[in-house]
Amino acid sequence: MTATAEAPAPEVGAVPSFEVTLKIRRFLPADEDMPTFGEPFQAEPRWDEFTVTVHGTDRVLDALHKIKWEHDGSLTFRRSCAHGICGSDAMRINGRNRLACKTLLKDLDPSKPIIVEPIKGLPVVKDLVVDMEPFFASYREIMPFLITTGTEPTKERLQSPQQRERFDDTTKCILCAACTSSCPVFWTDGQYFGPAAIVNAHRFIFDSRDEGGTQRLEILNDKEGVWRCRTTFNCTEACPRGIEVTKAIQEVKRAMITRAF
Amino acid sequence: MTTIADPKAPRPSRPGPTRRTTHGNTELYWWVFMRVSGVVLVALIFGHLFVNLVAGEGINAIDFGFVAGKWASPFWQIWDLLMLWLAMLHGTNGVRTIIGDYAEKDSTRLVLTSALYLASVIVIVLGTLVIFTFDPCPPNSPADLLPSFCTA
Repeated sequence: MTATAEAPAPEVGAVPSFEVTLKIRRFLPADEDMPTFGEPFQAEPRWDEFTVTVHGTDRVLDALHKIKWEHDGSLTFRRSCAHGICGSDAMRINGRNRLACKTLLKDLDPSKPIIVEPIKGLPVVKDLVVDMEPFFASYREIMPFLITTGTEPTKERLQSPQQRERFDDTTKCILCAACTSSCPVFWTDGQYFGPAAIVNAHRFIFDSRDEGGTQRLEILNDKEGVWRCRTTFNCTEACPRGIEVTKAIQEVKRAMITRAF
Repeated sequence: MTTIADPKAPRPSRPGPTRRTTHGNTELYWWVFMRVSGVVLVALIFGHLFVNLVAGEGINAIDFGFVAGKWASPFWQIWDLLMLWLAMLHGTNGVRTIIGDYAEKDSTRLVLTSALYLASVIVIVLGTLVIFTFDPCPPNSPADLLPSFCTA
């Protein structure tokens, strides 16, 4: 009697698996001296394609892991928590800034290659890793910490739910740079503070416990501050935390105008 | 212990101060001006179009004499002056913004904005001059160059 190899019937409730091709922008800096700011690296970026088998529950990050662990160990990208909280793996996926760990492959039309690029407007260090320093420099400039005067209270600084609600949306920022690197004004020369810095300023400007609002408004009243916002809503669309970024920027503008007149 | 330099460390940041901090409310005022002038211009321009093209005999009435007649009145002088200044400042500031957004090099930006400001100043000065010094029947001009309503 010969055993016939029968394909096992698909288990009820099993996660379907499928093939997906990822087209990844690769960049390896040349093995020479660092160019001065503004000069490009000698090396040219290239596109690499990888086809992997993934499950319906897999995210882009899982596919990247699979590529790195099973196909090409030199593929370089950032990720820390892998669950949408640390903000390390913002990248440009099919032309939109998203977190690789929050984007399901099945939602991306896997019949076509999925295009993965580093976020734009920041210098690429290697593959999908960018230099975040210009981004954090803007963040530091708006003083993202509580500023108070007078003697420190002996108990907590109390706040009503309504006062807290005022800036609740902007407390959700995880500093992934998806918004700032989706902003066409930031792409030009990188001088603009960028949506993320303004969002984090908003978080303190509208906090009833904070007393540094005037200073922050003064900083963002800069030529490169909120007035360079063109309300294109790219940032709101890019935010993986669903923060209404453009609205926050408009609220900061309004606070400046009511202060000036 | 020696430290090993990382040859592929992130590129150095832009030399010097990363951003030239600006003070004052200049950008704020320009932002507000763009909104206010935009609304005012809508009224001015549609009023202008209506009076010139629709009211009275409509488009058939427009000729040299029609314009001369309008500019004889201080009301239309002020109207046209406002329209000229607001439109020019609104447009110049808009183009300045676009140059700022698209010019990547400081030198390109300087050249483009200089050309823009020069053009704006010429148009504003020339336009203002015409509105206030316009005389349809300049004295001592040859009669064949003057419009028919100029009776010397």
